[in-house]
Formats: sequence, C-alpha cells, structure tokens
Amino acid sequence: MSRKTLTRRQFVAATAMSSAALITAPYVRGAYAAGKLSIGFWDHWVPGANKSSTDLVNEWAAKEKVEVSIDYITSNNKKLELTVAAEAQAKSGHDILQMPTWWPHAYADQLEPVSDIMEPIIKQNGEVNGTTKYLGQAGGKWLAVPATVGSQIKGPCSRIDLMKKHAGIDVQEMYPAGSVPKDENWTMEAFLKAAEACNKAGVPFGIGLGETTDSVDTAGAIFQSFGAELVNAKGDITVKTDAVRQALEFYKKLIAVLPTDAASWDDASNNKWLISGRGALILNPPSSWAVAKRDAPQVAEQCWTHGMPAGPKGRFAPFLPYFWGVWAFGKNKEAAKSLLTHLSQPSSIEKFVAASGGYDLPAFANMTKLKTWAEEGPPKGTLYSYPDPHGRQTMSIAASPAPPKIAQQIYSQATLTKLVLRYARGETIEQALAWAEGECEGFMRS
Amino acid sequence: MAFFLTLPLILLIALFVLYPAFYSMHLATLNKSMQKFVALGNFTFLFKRDTFWMVVRQSCIFALTAVFFKALMGFIVAHFVHNLPAKGQRKWRGMLLVPWVIPPAMSTLAWLWLFDPSYSAFNYTLSFFGVGPIPWLGDTFWARFSVILVNVWYGAPFFMIMYLAALKSVPDQLYEAAAIDGANWWQRIWYVTLPMMRNIIAITTLFSLIVTFANFDIVRILTSGGPLDSTHLFATWAFQVGIQSSDIPLGACVSLFMVPILAVAAIFILRDVNKRGNEA
Repeated sequence: MSRKTLTRRQFVAATAMSSAALITAPYVRGAYAAGKLSIGFWDHWVPGANKSSTDLVNEWAAKEKVEVSIDYITSNNKKLELTVAAEAQAKSGHDILQMPTWWPHAYADQLEPVSDIMEPIIKQNGEVNGTTKYLGQAGGKWLAVPATVGSQIKGPCSRIDLMKKHAGIDVQEMYPAGSVPKDENWTMEAFLKAAEACNKAGVPFGIGLGETTDSVDTAGAIFQSFGAELVNAKGDITVKTDAVRQALEFYKKLIAVLPTDAASWDDASNNKWLISGRGALILNPPSSWAVAKRDAPQVAEQCWTHGMPAGPKGRFAPFLPYFWGVWAFGKNKEAAKSLLTHLSQPSSIEKFVAASGGYDLPAFANMTKLKTWAEEGPPKGTLYSYPDPHGRQTMSIAASPAPPKIAQQIYSQATLTKLVLRYARGETIEQALAWAEGECEGFMRS
Repeated sequence: MAFFLTLPLILLIALFVLYPAFYSMHLATLNKSMQKFVALGNFTFLFKRDTFWMVVRQSCIFALTAVFFKALMGFIVAHFVHNLPAKGQRKWRGMLLVPWVIPPAMSTLAWLWLFDPSYSAFNYTLSFFGVGPIPWLGDTFWARFSVILVNVWYGAPFFMIMYLAALKSVPDQLYEAAAIDGANWWQRIWYVTLPMMRNIIAITTLFSLIVTFANFDIVRILTSGGPLDSTHLFATWAFQVGIQSSDIPLGACVSLFMVPILAVAAIFILRDVNKRGNEA
C-alpha cells in the first residue's frame, strides 16, 4: 500500500496558490452573505395575520441576503414578557424581539437605541402620538421602534340597536363612517346615563373590574379624562387630590350598573359579553367584533367601534402600543435596523392592517386613514373610527404620566381597579386613598 | 467508583436545583435595576408592605386548609377503596387518580369555565333550586373557596393512593387482635390504622405542604390573585412583582420567603419520622 506524503515545500506552495486564487477571484455573494437574523414576533390573535409578517421579512431577507428565523411567541400567560425577561437576563436570544408597552423602558439599558432609523420613519409616516413617545423614548432617544402589529386602541364597541333603543344614542350618527364625529355630547355623564339605561333594560355595559389589562386600561382612560393621576410626571404621589376623588365618585356610580361579577372579569370576559348579546357596550379592540362576525353574525352586524366619551379634562382613548426592540447584545444590529425600517414602510403597515382585519394600529399620524378601516364590515364602516382618523382623542395608557418604571407597577398591579373596587365595596374614600398612597410609596423604590 | 456513578445525578441537581437556588438568592440581594448590592434591603422593604403580609396570611390559609382537606378526603376515599372487592378495585383506583394525572393547567381551565363569571355551569344548575348566582371568583370568600376547592380536587388522589398503599401494608393480625380485644370501628382506626400510617401521613403532608405552598397554576388561571389580591400566593405574587412589574429582585425575594417556612416544617416533620424510624 503506497502512502503519499506532503513535503513542507509542497505544503507552502499549495497554501500560497490557494491564497492567491482567493485574493484574485471575483467576490461572489452567497445566498446569506449578510449573515443571520433571529426575530421574536408576538403571535397574533387574528388567524393568518402572522403570514404578513413572515412574507414581509422574507421579502426583505431575499433582497438583503440575510438568513432569517422567526419565532412567534404568544402573549398568553405572559409568555412574551417572560421571554423578554429571560433574554435580558441571559444577554442572549433573538436579535429583534417584539415587546409590549412598558418593556422597552424596563430593559432600556440593554436595548440598542434606534433614533437613527426612527427619525426618517417619522418624517415619512408622520408624528407619533404622545403615549408611543412616553413608552418608546428615554432621554430623548428612541429605545425601540413602534410596531404596528399588536398595537391597539381599546375604545367602545357599541351595539347600534341596543344603544338606540335603551339609551337613545345613535352611535352611527355620532361617529359617521367617512366623516368627522359629532361627539360633542358624548361625555362621561352621557356615558353613565347610557350605562344606567342599558342596565335597567337588562343589557349592561360590559366593563371589567379585574386585574387584567382590559380592566386597567379602561380605568386609566376614565381617570385621565378627570385629570386624575396617582403619581405625576415628576414622580410625586398625587393620590389625595380632587381629581382622583371625582374619578372615584364617577366609578362608584358606574360600578353600580355594571355586571355584578365584573370584579372577576379577565380579558376574555368582555368579548364573551358582547358576542353572547348580553351587553350594549364593551371597551375593546375590534377582535371581539371579528369573532362575532364568525360566531354570531347577527351581533356583529350591530357593532360599531367609536371614540371614548369626554371627561372634564378631555377625551382619552386607552392605547396599547407594541414595540420592536433590538438587543444591544444582538449579533447583527445593522441588519435588524434595516429590517425594522422595512417593516415600518407605509406599504408594510398597510399589509399588516389588512392582514389583521383592521386590528393592528400604526402609531403614526399619516397612517390612520387606510382603506381597511373604511371598508371592513358588516356593517360597512364599523371600524372607520377605530384608529381615530380625525384626531379627536388623546391616546393614553393607564398610570401615565408617572415615570414609566413607577407607572409599570401601578399598571401591572392593577392599582386603579383595586382602588375603585375598594371604594365601591364599602371602604370610605379616605381609606381607599390611603391604601393607594401606600401602594404608590412602595412603587417608588429604584 | 460509587461517586462516578452518582456524578450525573449530582451534576443534574447542581445545574437545575443548586444553581437556580443560589442565583435567586443572588438576585434577591440586588436593587430593582439589578446594578447595586442591597444585602437584605429587599426583605426589609417587603416586611413593611401590607400586601406582603396579606400574601403570607393567604398562603398559609390556602396551604393549611387545602392540605387538611386533601388528607381528610384521601383518608376517607382510601378506606372506601380498600374495602372494595379486589376484582373491581383497580378500576376505581384508576378513575380516582384521574384528577391527579391531568395537567393542572388544563383541568383548571375546565374549572374556570365552571366558575365563569357570566356563564357558570354551577350557577346555572343552582338557579333551578333558586340559589345564586354565586360570584365564585369575584368575591373574596368565594374566590378563596374556589381556589382551595380546585386544589383539593387535584391533590386528594395523591393522598388517596399513598394512604391506600399504607393501609394495605397494615398486617391483618393487628385488626384481628383488636377485634378480639373488643375494639370498635373508631378504636381500630385510632389505635391501629393511624399509628401504622403515621409516617406516611407525615411524609405526604410535608410533601403536599411544600407543593401547595408553591402553587401557581390554579390561582393564576382562576383569579390571577384577585379580587383585590385576596387569592395571591407567594408564587403568583412573585410572578406579578418580578415579571409583570419588572422587579426581578423583589420577585426573587418573595419566592425565597417560602424557604424558611417550608424548611421549619420539613425539619419538624422529618425529625419526627426519623425518631419513629429509630424507635422501630
């Protein structure tokens, strides 16, 4: 058996020739020349809506020669929040991770600033609303890119027939599809009167008083419309104010005409309330209407999504934006920013909105009049007012304007709903306020 | 050689038990932003919070009540099964174990539908008798009752099967001797069955106490700790504080608070079991 050996001289010659060939050869760009990118997106409620994200990412990846992998992570039982926390702890994970409301601030020091891409995006798509800035910026820098996917307003979805019959309110006339709302008389007093009338007629408003986000968001918008803040923007506790007392008095009257079990409602309860035909109004994004369209078409035909009633301090809509964050420890940050720019193009936003049947809401001023909202039905125009196309409301999140790290505690521990429930269940107003003050003091730790 | 054979197990325990335990202790000593060492600062902060003491009280009520009823029901049902003819006993044993073998997250969802605020099957049934509607999950008393009920339903089969095994190991001669001495039904239980089952009762109680104290899924699914925090346990509150409110050190601190309580219980119960083991 012969065995060919490689001499030192032969090895040096072969190495030199290979190196020369590599240096002189033309640059051939491989299929994934720009590296890899892993993405964690929120798993959409709406069937088929994830496909638009996949398609847009693949379209970008093919153009930019990047190998992408996408995980769709459910927000059920806070799996998405757990993933954010775990990746932040491990300093490893996806390059881009979608995160809800408070999370960019919670992990601000571990996120790559994205102001460089946000400036041109805003120039193109229009200014973002105050809540998006409040949640997405720190020290004037953008921490994450506002995601269209998952962002939502939890405004009123009313039953046209029941509101007309029992409360004497024509919601279609008040919020006509295609034109400016005639909502001057749609105030908190009118809302309360309508709630009382509908309760008397056996179709109460379906507003939860539990500890999940739907209940908290509603409480947040109502408090803000009275100018009630538990902690102000400077971080001072402002529980014992007239505005908070006024909000509590309003809530006490409202609770008296809500379903008796509202304290145990979760985020599915109000959906079921509307779809089963038991209530005249809920506060929710149009997902409940979309399910009704499938399961109870006779209910869906009577649904109309519209703006919030105005309080003494204005008209506030509960807005919950999602963000796309780029981890500072990510390996391909430039590619991540390039993809996020692509996902924020008007054409991409339009695709997201269409794929979600109008559920997803861009945070940009120029993107509130897309044809999906005008055309969705039945009844046609039911979602026209959902994105607040005429800018009649202030987008808000419960517990703002407190500094986000304090506000997150107030929000996630449902301090607002617990406060109103304590007062409604027999505590004196001073006892309830003292409790809330104690809670807020605890949230101040840094 | 023996050491090398046990090495895989030691490594697994080190990786999945010791490391997380020490890591959570480390986390509990950091400030909220996890950048500063605060020693026991988080614990002293917790001790001043009313909600924390409410959670301590509720965890004790939940664990002690649930374990007591699980033990009682397990004991009663084990006797019924033990007295069944051998032929059909296996079927009953299998059926009675069903609640314990279904993943609790799944079975609790079914309970959630039964307790549903607006469409409760229980309330629907009770309405035929002119009772209700009962706010199963919306009222403090009923919400506590509901989470304990589901925990008892889920955990009683474990006690039943352990007690059944213990009952089968009690020598028949002891009962025969007791019968000759004229012992009645109660005396047979008090002077023969219970002393013979003492170790099993102690071990199962300890084991169940640890698991029940650390319960998460039942409360999380049924009430998320509400209404007004009245059903929060250490684990659910730790999750709310640590994950939902992004205060991981405080969350770690809350969950670590279970350790001394359970350690004291474990020391007492295991010392008692050891003592009796040595006496035997």
